[in-house]
Order: sequence, then C-alpha cells, then structure tokens
Amino acid sequence: MSSQRTQTGYNFAYLDEQTKRMIRRALLKAVAIPGYQVPFGSREMPLPYGWGTGGIQVTASILGRDDVLKVIDQGSDDTTNAVNIRRFFERTAGVATTERTEDATIIQTRHRIPEKPLSEDQIMVYQVPLPEPMGRLEPQEVVTRKLHALADYGLMHVKLYEDIARYGHIASTYDYPVLVNGRYLMAPSPIPKFDNPKLHMSPALQLFGAGREKRVYAIPPYTRVESLDFEDHPFSVQRWDDPCALCGATDSFLDEVVLDDAGGRMFVCSDSDYCKTRQAAGHTGSQSPVPATQEEAA
Amino acid sequence: MSPLLRVKGISKRYGEHIGCADVSFELHAGEVLAVVGESGSGKSTLLQLLSTRIASDTGSIEYQVTGRGLVDLAHLSEAEQRWLLRTDWGYVEQNPRDGLRMNVSAGANVGERLMAVGARHYGEIRNTATDWLQRVELDAARIDELPTGFSGGMQQRLQIARNLVTRPRLVFMDEPTAGLDVSVQARLLDLLRELVTDLGLAAVIVTHDLAVARLLAHRLLVMRQGRVVETGLTDQVLDDPQHPYTQLLVASVLQV
Repeated sequence: MSSQRTQTGYNFAYLDEQTKRMIRRALLKAVAIPGYQVPFGSREMPLPYGWGTGGIQVTASILGRDDVLKVIDQGSDDTTNAVNIRRFFERTAGVATTERTEDATIIQTRHRIPEKPLSEDQIMVYQVPLPEPMGRLEPQEVVTRKLHALADYGLMHVKLYEDIARYGHIASTYDYPVLVNGRYLMAPSPIPKFDNPKLHMSPALQLFGAGREKRVYAIPPYTRVESLDFEDHPFSVQRWDDPCALCGATDSFLDEVVLDDAGGRMFVCSDSDYCKTRQAAGHTGSQSPVPATQEEAA
Repeated sequence: MSPLLRVKGISKRYGEHIGCADVSFELHAGEVLAVVGESGSGKSTLLQLLSTRIASDTGSIEYQVTGRGLVDLAHLSEAEQRWLLRTDWGYVEQNPRDGLRMNVSAGANVGERLMAVGARHYGEIRNTATDWLQRVELDAARIDELPTGFSGGMQQRLQIARNLVTRPRLVFMDEPTAGLDVSVQARLLDLLRELVTDLGLAAVIVTHDLAVARLLAHRLLVMRQGRVVETGLTDQVLDDPQHPYTQLLVASVLQV
C-alpha cells in the first residue's frame, strides 16, 4: 500500500503497537458501556491540543492497511484540520484516503456527521474538545463522575430550564446533551444539534476521543440515543428558510457565507462531499456558477 | 408511635479533638428541635452527621423511610442517601451562597430538586417555582433573575423555597438567621414558623441564638465541648436551666 509519500522511520500509523493496544482496550470497554467515559493514557501527538489529538489517536489505533480514510472538519474535506490529519495518515500509514463518504471505512470528523447515511462497515471517529457534558455546571470531576455513577442527571435539565427561561427556547445548538442507551449522559462532541438524530440507531460504530482530557467513549451500532428535552419544549433541529445556494439541497446543514460588505450572503451545505455529489448529479442553486453555454464555448 | 429520627450514641472525633460525643435523641414527625451551644461545641458536626454528610465513628442514626420503617442510614446505599437528601430532607446552609446555585436563575434554583426527581414539564416546574417564591414572600416577577442580585435575606428565603419544594418531612438548618439584619431575622423567623406549622415539618435547627430557639423550637438540646449537657422542652430549659453551663448561657443573653 505504501506510496512514495509514506515516511519511513515511524511505526504504521505513527503510534507504537503497545500504545495502540492500550487504546483499543479502552475502546473495547467504551463499546461495552455505551456513553461511559473511559480513561486512557493519552500520548503527545505531533499537533496541538484542540486540533484532534484524541480523534487522531483513536484513528491510529483502529486503522488497518486496507482501510480507506476520510477526514472532515466542520463537514468539509478541504479545511486545514482535515487536510493536515489526512496527510498525516497518508505519510505515516500510507493508507488510501478519499473524500467520498460512501467509499470510506473510517471517517474522522471534527464536529459534523456526513449527510449521506452511514453503513455497518463504517466507523466514525469524533474529535472531542470537552467530553464532560456537565463540566460547565459542575467543575469538579470527582462530583461529575459520581453523578454519572448514580445516573443523577437533574443538573443538565437545570441548564435547559435556564435556556428556556432566558431565551424562550432551548438555545443550545451544538454539543447538545444526549442520553445513550437510556443510561449515560454524553456530550456528542460539538456537532450541531442538527446531527443529533443521526446518532440514534446508527448502523456505524461511533468512537469519541478526547486527547487532552484523556477519555474515550463510544456508541455501538444500533444504540438508542435521545436528546434531552422538556415535554412542553421538545427537542428540534435547525431549519433554514433557503435551500443550499450551490446544490439546492433542503435537507442538509447549511453554513452561512458572507459574500461582501454590503450584506450579501449565501447559505451552502457544510458537507462539501454531499454538495459536490449533488452538483455533479445536476442539482443547482441560486448561486450556482453559470454553466458554460454552447455559444461561449464556441 | 415510632419516631421519625432516632439517634443512638453517635460520636465523631477529629484525631485528638472531639467533634461530638455520645449524642442520643429522638425526633418525632412535626417536631422542631433546636441545638444550642457556644461556637466549637459540636453543633454543626452533629448536623453534618445527621444529614449523612460525614460518617459517625460510633452509634447509629435511624430514619423512618417511607414504606420501610426505621432504617439505619449507614445501611443505605449512597444513591438512597442522596435520594433522601433531595426529596424527604432539606438542608438550609448558614450562608445561602453555599446552598444556592449562584449562576442560574431563582426559578432554576427552586426547580432543581423537581428536575432531579424526574419533573420534565417546563410549564409545571415554572408554576411550582412561582408558587414557592410567593410562599417565601419573594416577588414572583424576579423568577428569572440571578440570586447574586438578591439581598442576603432574600437569598436565604430562596434557599428555603428551594429546599421545601419537594415537600420534605425533615429539614436541617445551620444557623438560618445568622448574618442577617435583625429586622430581616424577625421576618424570616416568622416565615419559618409559619411554614413549619403549615407543612408539619420536623426540623433540627442549629443556632447560637436563644431567641431563635425560643421562637421556633419545641425542644432544646444544649451542647458543650461535643457533649449534650441538657435537654428538655424549650420553655422549661430556658426558664429553669439546670446545668451550670445552660444557666450561664441563658444569663448571658443581652436584655435591652
């Protein structure tokens, strides 16, 4: 598999085999207890904390020579973080990479879930900045661990209550807390709450890694994942008035792009692969580049 | 009738130092017991022992758990102890800032216990919170304000509402009126007396203020150096103190 760009001198996928084994043991435990944060011996990685040191260690430890890797950052394949990590694994592991969601066997993501439905032979790896969902309300980890142990999650509803009291609705739009398998409260890493329903009963294995906090956790395939809410303020996802300006999609998560300093803006799919696939299939939006007509070509 | 709380010979030592030694008493439903004594006499240690915040070295504390009869608290699991603490019990801290969540609104403070025991209807939680704010004489219009903007007396009343919202049967209070202005103290005492009678609360109140004990308590426990030196009906102990220390305590009250 090794291409010319593969660096020599490193073990396959950078980490040594003992470290990968240690992380895999932690991951097995995480899968066995859905949503539970398992401590692991996080290593120094050649990128700064906050850039996906947790996700990259999880990916490195589960990566095989035949895997096809896709890396996205906020849904996009071509942003700095995604490009960096993809190149890191191209160089240290020499595995095949792709931008097409359906071709990938492992998808490392920073803060999005691809729009295309995942399948049973895919693994999602999430980069997690703050694994503890109650961390902002209860700073002591000794306390939050006890709250998890006793499934004492009233505190999280205090936060949601406070949102409604202040804004009239639950104002959390990302990192929206979920209850996994009816037991553990979990931070779904800062994915938009738009993606929360995709966590529920997903056919793909979902792994979460937090490098600085030294925690991994997991959602096994086909596991119940419920977003917390109130009976009279049920959970709902974001909606946009306009379709994607490039591909006309009405069912995807849209990013707002500022076009000029005169209030011009457009909304485009945050999932670049999804948008490209649709454009290739002939879908257009209000800002689609005007296709080269016969006259211009002539 | 069996008591609500039965304490038998509990002691707590901090190394060489005695926290409290060989304390026994019974508390019945609807009864208010005041623990008085000078500072360092073991009042607060006793309260912390009773509320399972710290474990006692010897002795037993039994509580009438609904549907289960008298149960030794040491035999309850941690989850059951916590359940008791946030449903059947209340704990009013001396400093309201310790008992309140200062970074969430008054309504959320009152609603927290409801949500902890499974209330999931925002409208109902809010109505209950509004109702309780009015019961403790707080302006219901300030339900969305942070407790940091409340005066000390208002914070203390908010803390009381937060504790009573689940209709506990037993409330522990650690110097509930200390640190408050005298006029505010009087109003708070009035309110406490009303609530205790209305709800049929049993309460253990730690105080160094004999006036508080006189107003609120049915019975009195006088402590000194970790030991109980005298117990009895409040009026009886205060009007006719037997132990020299109690006599000193009663005599030292300022008469204006």
